[in-house]
Amino acid sequence: MRLMFSAALSAVIVVPASAAEMKVSVEIPRMTVAEYHRPYVAMWLEKAGDPKVVNLAVWYDIKLKQNEGAKWLKDMRQWWRKTGRELEMPVDGLSSPTRAPGTHEVTFDDAKLAGLAPGEYQFVIEAAREVGGRELLRIPVQWPPKPDAEGKAKGEHELGAVSVALKP
Amino acid sequence: MTILRVFKSRPVVAAAAIAAVVAVSAPAVAHRAWMLPSATVLSGDDVWVTVDAASSNDLFYFEHHPMRLDNLAVFSPDGKQIKAENIATGRYRSTFDVKLSESGTYKMAIVNDSLFASYRVDGQVKRMRGATPEKIEKEIPKNATDVRVQEVQSRMEIFVTQGKPSDTVLKPTGRGLELTAITHPNNLVAGEKAEFRLLLDGQPAKGVEVDIIPGGIRYRDKLNDVKVKTSDDGMFSFTWPEPGMYWINAGVRDDKASYKDAQRRASYTATLEVMAP
Repeated sequence: MRLMFSAALSAVIVVPASAAEMKVSVEIPRMTVAEYHRPYVAMWLEKAGDPKVVNLAVWYDIKLKQNEGAKWLKDMRQWWRKTGRELEMPVDGLSSPTRAPGTHEVTFDDAKLAGLAPGEYQFVIEAAREVGGRELLRIPVQWPPKPDAEGKAKGEHELGAVSVALKP
Repeated sequence: MTILRVFKSRPVVAAAAIAAVVAVSAPAVAHRAWMLPSATVLSGDDVWVTVDAASSNDLFYFEHHPMRLDNLAVFSPDGKQIKAENIATGRYRSTFDVKLSESGTYKMAIVNDSLFASYRVDGQVKRMRGATPEKIEKEIPKNATDVRVQEVQSRMEIFVTQGKPSDTVLKPTGRGLELTAITHPNNLVAGEKAEFRLLLDGQPAKGVEVDIIPGGIRYRDKLNDVKVKTSDDGMFSFTWPEPGMYWINAGVRDDKASYKDAQRRASYTATLEVMAP
């Protein structure tokens, strides 16, 4: 698994960067529904015309016995088609548990971003909730970034405010 | 009735068949036969699909006859035949389950390859379905007249993928009408173009009309079917307008039967799921 993931990264390695950082803020909306499950969330970087993506994070039910939570990974259907179906989840450094409603900050550093080829990327975040809906947001990202580069998007139902802040 | 009409016009059809394969329009049979999987794109280690199988007017509603599952074959991603579980036949539909214990693409196929005979004895027309050459030789009385034999090759398929799609089960057998995927059948998305090749006995089936019908017929006024014709190399493509389940069907008729002087009718049917983008 690590192998496949490294391969995905190495495909875009051109210029080694250092101390790069991407800070992502994700709001999981609070819902007043009879049956609530925390959403599955996937984040990745993609580049137009490049089938390879850079996986950033996948939040899913990793604690269920016998990896039963993997059953709903395909509901993040774009992520599943682009990269998820190629992976054997859980993947170290990629998967983590689902998050509660509220705003969450995650930072991706060199380990994920070093070697990102210069160009125009899309930061993509996809959320799918059991017995709920699914939503996908895109934020354009330039790499290497300009100082204090920031992008924002706002979801309508499964995601709230999402922002991406970059440091070269 | 349909069959009889076919036989009466047989000399004409046979003559045409010498030049080329004759495409048969889909409604040669009054009802549509189909299989409907509970899902085609799956993740996780311990997953199952359940499949309904029936023939009906409207897709995909079971309202006429259950499908016979005698000739059902299920193939796991490595190409080996595996067992369908919980097989049952009800009044309107048959059903079976398949456990997807391996990663890759599974195929479920109902293939019929047999002879159909009709003949007249003492002024009465008799029919024999699902026959073998031996059965025909043995059971049709010597005094029978108007003996007509037709070879019927029908193939109905669905594809289901757990994890990453694979190609092993997509290999054609080289017999009858078959679909080979240029676009993987479990990698279909609305708004995207999918490409397939139709083969007859392993060779490109050219000029064959493929009927594509979206499911959910009951809740709309129009059939919304699309007919596409295969090119010289058997290719056809289609851009899915909406996500959902689609029924695709094609048929040919020629004189390339393995039984002497028989006419051959070959058909291919698949149910394909098109995902939302």
